[in-house]
Amino acid sequence: MNKAKTLYDKLWDEHVVRSEDDGTALIYIDRHLVHEVTSPQAFEGLRIAGRQPWRTSSVVAVPDHNVPTTDRSQGITDPVARLQVETLDNNCKEFGLTEFDMSDVRQGIVHVIGPEQGATLPGMTVVCGDSHTSTHGAFGALAFGIGTSEVEHVLATQCLMQNKSKNMLVSVDGEVHAGVTAKDIVLAIISELGTAGGTGYAIEFGGDAIRALSIEGRMTVCNMAIEAGARAGMVAVDQTTLDYVKGRPYSPAGETLEKANAYWSTLHTDDGAEFDEVVHLNAADIKPQVTWGTSPEMVVDIGAVVPDPDDEDDKVKADGMRKALAYMGLEAGTPINEIMVDKVFIGSCTNSRIEDLREAANIAQGKQVADNIKLAMVVPGSGLVKKQAEEEGLDKIFTEAGFEWREPGCSMCLAMNADRLESGERCASTSNRNFEGRQGQGGRTHLVSPAMAAAAAINGHFAKI
Amino acid sequence: MQSFTQHTGIVAPLDRPNVDTDAIIPKQFLKSIKRSGFGPNAFDDWRYLDEGGPDTDNAGRKINPEFILNQPPFDKATILLARENFGCGSSREHAVWALDDFGFRAVIAPSFADIFFNNSFKNGLLPIALDAAVVDDLFNRVSAKHGLEVSIDLEAQTVSCEGEEIASFEIDVFRKHCMLNGLDDIALTLQYADQIKTYEENRKQTAPWLF
Ligand code: SF4
Repeated sequence: MNKAKTLYDKLWDEHVVRSEDDGTALIYIDRHLVHEVTSPQAFEGLRIAGRQPWRTSSVVAVPDHNVPTTDRSQGITDPVARLQVETLDNNCKEFGLTEFDMSDVRQGIVHVIGPEQGATLPGMTVVCGDSHTSTHGAFGALAFGIGTSEVEHVLATQCLMQNKSKNMLVSVDGEVHAGVTAKDIVLAIISELGTAGGTGYAIEFGGDAIRALSIEGRMTVCNMAIEAGARAGMVAVDQTTLDYVKGRPYSPAGETLEKANAYWSTLHTDDGAEFDEVVHLNAADIKPQVTWGTSPEMVVDIGAVVPDPDDEDDKVKADGMRKALAYMGLEAGTPINEIMVDKVFIGSCTNSRIEDLREAANIAQGKQVADNIKLAMVVPGSGLVKKQAEEEGLDKIFTEAGFEWREPGCSMCLAMNADRLESGERCASTSNRNFEGRQGQGGRTHLVSPAMAAAAAINGHFAKI
Repeated sequence: MQSFTQHTGIVAPLDRPNVDTDAIIPKQFLKSIKRSGFGPNAFDDWRYLDEGGPDTDNAGRKINPEFILNQPPFDKATILLARENFGCGSSREHAVWALDDFGFRAVIAPSFADIFFNNSFKNGLLPIALDAAVVDDLFNRVSAKHGLEVSIDLEAQTVSCEGEEIASFEIDVFRKHCMLNGLDDIALTLQYADQIKTYEENRKQTAPWLF
């Protein structure tokens, strides 16, 4: 009998083309997602070396980081950003790659459109020149971010040289309380593991609370695996996965689908398989989370206060906390629910899917954005999410409450376009990174769920939901 | 790729854990479609007091005198010393290009984020993970002796300082080989093109939905 395997072992083994003696393996890549920021130098590299893409049908490209979220009929006004997006358009034309360009209704954040189109399927290896590629692991796929040299490598060879990671299981046991979302679960996990706790591991998320999540929720959890240091996060395939995948443009149909379903149903960790590390969290202990510092591990629940560096024994950590508090303009001991915010951003590849928008709209319905809020914006993850939200009337709920309703893209998650924080501004954001300057130089980011972001917009400060 | 065999240079201490790639090269510089020219904007938010963009002339900007890389001799440093989880966050290889363009040949820290670590090897920048205690000791040595030089020998996998070997480090055989010889790994992989094709043919049979 074969040795019991983890999900990650299975995905890895299926994709090894050859192995070196030292364990380095050449692994095959099924799906390559491409966006405008990390690809131009890779295409340039191909041209210089006179190489062609190995398998054009494996590529789906989309501009997302730099695109404006306001009226697009005038194109992009920033000439540098425009050149980058045009460079992607031209590269895709030159090399014969599928691209959903800025005018395409399917355009959106790369990690939202892949799954939406069925371009992400269970059992695949999925890569993209973007660290949040871990998102796609929600389908029982091996998905991870790569650098530009590797983008070029995959384009040219369809493969990557990799070392196998260690196996970690993060099991969230039991049921979460009402009002606790996938975002709160993953922030609680990061709080437990720390931002480097997952380094060198592929994390499988399991347990009842993960099983109970929709695919959207699982994507939110896997999205932030990288914030715990793990390059890949994943969830085993179950009926929820199969139901989501069925009928999407890139998904198989008919007999092939039946064959695929049979294989996909094997994509889970075998009984008795061993993990190098196992971490358990009790779902019932998880409360809505709010980050207070400049690293995603600097997170507490809504009922807590800003922690005191003097209580931290580790000197390097305490020092990091002091720097974070100074940057964030916060005093230790301040109750989280008294922190006033200036801007609210609902969007990003963590939380811009239909379910996220419903969750936020639910809180905003019939209310008004507080007077101290300078801007509250909702940026759907894709043109199709936007369309669906409009069909459900969510856009009306938001605009009537005083939120701005925008075109899809990365937007204020990393502020490469005009959507950004000014120095000193404080933001409740559904994105995934609260690093210094992430949302604009001097900007202060608090990571929260869509529901908490909406509550902050309505109350003017964080609030119990 | 430039090869790396031995290197001796000044160590710049950047005493922070979790230095992320957003800090190493802020997003506004990612709009470039080139691979070079990021050096003047490495650590831009910390290095300058005013805000810069891709079109800003850096010569006219306000320097932050507090920032270590603005203080001689660290402006000529070629080895960066930092705390744990260096290079976390975004996968942007621009972070490595910026460090390389600034003049760094190696980064020493107790631990690195995976993607940054990988990207470094593709560009001849050597990331060296050493025990936290050794890193701590190096920080002490650097603060005791301004402009301290450290020598790195990749062949021997050692770090020395003032004639004394202070640590040895681990590195995969394959990566070491590529670094020492400055090899283009696409060309290496393409040597196995037949194996890749055979793999593909098999997959087309067993998992046709992937093609
Ligand atoms: S939404 Fe943010 S995290 Fe996601 S791909 Fe875009 S910039 Fe990266």
